[in-house]
Amino acid sequence: MINTPTETNLDTVQASPKMAARGVNVYYGDNHAIKDIDLNLYADEVTSLIGPSGCGKSTFLRCLNRMNDTIPICRVSGQILLEDDDIYTSGIDVVQLRARVGMVFQKPNPFPKSIYDNIAYGPRIHGLAAHRTDLDEIVTTSLEKAGLWQEVKDRLDTSGTALSGGQQQRLCIARAIAVNPEVILMDEPCSALDPIATAKIESLIDELSGRYAIIIVTHSMQQAARISRKTAFFHLGEMVEYGDTTEIFTSPKEDRTRDYITGRIG
Amino acid sequence: MNDHILSTYDDELKEVRSIVIQMGDLAANQLSEAMRALRDLDLEKAKEVRASDKDLDALEITAERAVIGVFARRAPVADDLREVVSALKMTTMIERMGDYAKNIAKRTFAISDGSLVIMPQLLDNMATEAHQMIHKVLEAYIKRSADDAIAVWESDENLDSLYNVTYRKILARMMESPEHISELTHYLMIAKNLERIGDQATNVAEQIYYAITGDNLEEARLKNDETSIELYAKK
Repeated sequence: MINTPTETNLDTVQASPKMAARGVNVYYGDNHAIKDIDLNLYADEVTSLIGPSGCGKSTFLRCLNRMNDTIPICRVSGQILLEDDDIYTSGIDVVQLRARVGMVFQKPNPFPKSIYDNIAYGPRIHGLAAHRTDLDEIVTTSLEKAGLWQEVKDRLDTSGTALSGGQQQRLCIARAIAVNPEVILMDEPCSALDPIATAKIESLIDELSGRYAIIIVTHSMQQAARISRKTAFFHLGEMVEYGDTTEIFTSPKEDRTRDYITGRIG
Repeated sequence: MNDHILSTYDDELKEVRSIVIQMGDLAANQLSEAMRALRDLDLEKAKEVRASDKDLDALEITAERAVIGVFARRAPVADDLREVVSALKMTTMIERMGDYAKNIAKRTFAISDGSLVIMPQLLDNMATEAHQMIHKVLEAYIKRSADDAIAVWESDENLDSLYNVTYRKILARMMESPEHISELTHYLMIAKNLERIGDQATNVAEQIYYAITGDNLEEARLKNDETSIELYAKK
């Protein structure tokens, strides 16, 4: 069931963020990449992170499911809360965290396995399916939610890499959905796709927004305007402005935001 | 304000601005010429005013196309978006000003057909005030001055007051000489046209203010138009 936000549940949603950054700083060695970010990310809505290359938006996104852990010189300070838990506390199971906070990357990266196994992989390692029938059910519903079922139902045993770019990206979204995440992070998910495939992904994001908190990094201003309810503008590691997308794109409060979105600074 | 990285974008926005300014100049000129024709009952000039309204209409279409082009190619946002949306609305408002001027010219024919009734002097004062408003609002647009736009917005009160006085004077003359009611009704309608031109200049000022600040000039406009209230009260 799609959970369409109403005025009443919007208030509740706004009261308790699904994820929150509190005074987050990120350093790559001596490079201070992210400066003191405070940001609430709410369930049931899409938040876009925009800003020029190198502004820190992808770095910030990767903090949200500790993808930066793989970079040895990367240091994160401050708090990142998933509901009430600080995800950087020692003892957190990072694999479990990444099931709750899934990620979709810029380039579709299906496993070189069958379509079925691409989806089944996560549920298997997380022990979400006791029987084959449960797994079948998860594969079907995940592909359905990702809007891919009709296109692939007769060839689940063919390789995921044989699909078109747009289909591969939806497969990756289905793979993320299969482990029942609460948050989905997307790092420029459409930058390698043509306008039709992009429209399909955007429509999918729209449908999924009722069920998950979605945070998307995008270089396309129009994409941010089309799909997100909230937009945050990053520049030189700072979060310059955050607000309702409509407000940001009609009357931004900060000159730096205006200059960026109107194409006055690179 | 910085220029866009893409200079052709700036060129297109400048083009839209230039059409708006051109339309404003033309509307102001139309008003002056219409009043001159009315004062002198110069039917040749009145004809010219009616004919040149087509230029204003054509410019409105040019502006519309330019704005649609910007939307299609540039997907404008923030101040650029406000700028082009406002420009589109302003051209409609300015075109309306032209229509009022044309209507004055049209009534000049009707007035010249009747018995000779001297034009109420106050109409000249109203026209001067309305002309000033167009001039000032264009200046606010060119200078991108929100303060100047507010000044024009506030000055509409003067024109409204003038209209109220003119309305009463013409009404009094109608009562004095009922045989001239027909001509005087035309003068009364002309007074209303001039008052409406002021309203359109005020609307343009609101658009300029919005384009610059992103805010609406929210204060309810102090309506000094007592005649409307009187007319409604009598109903």
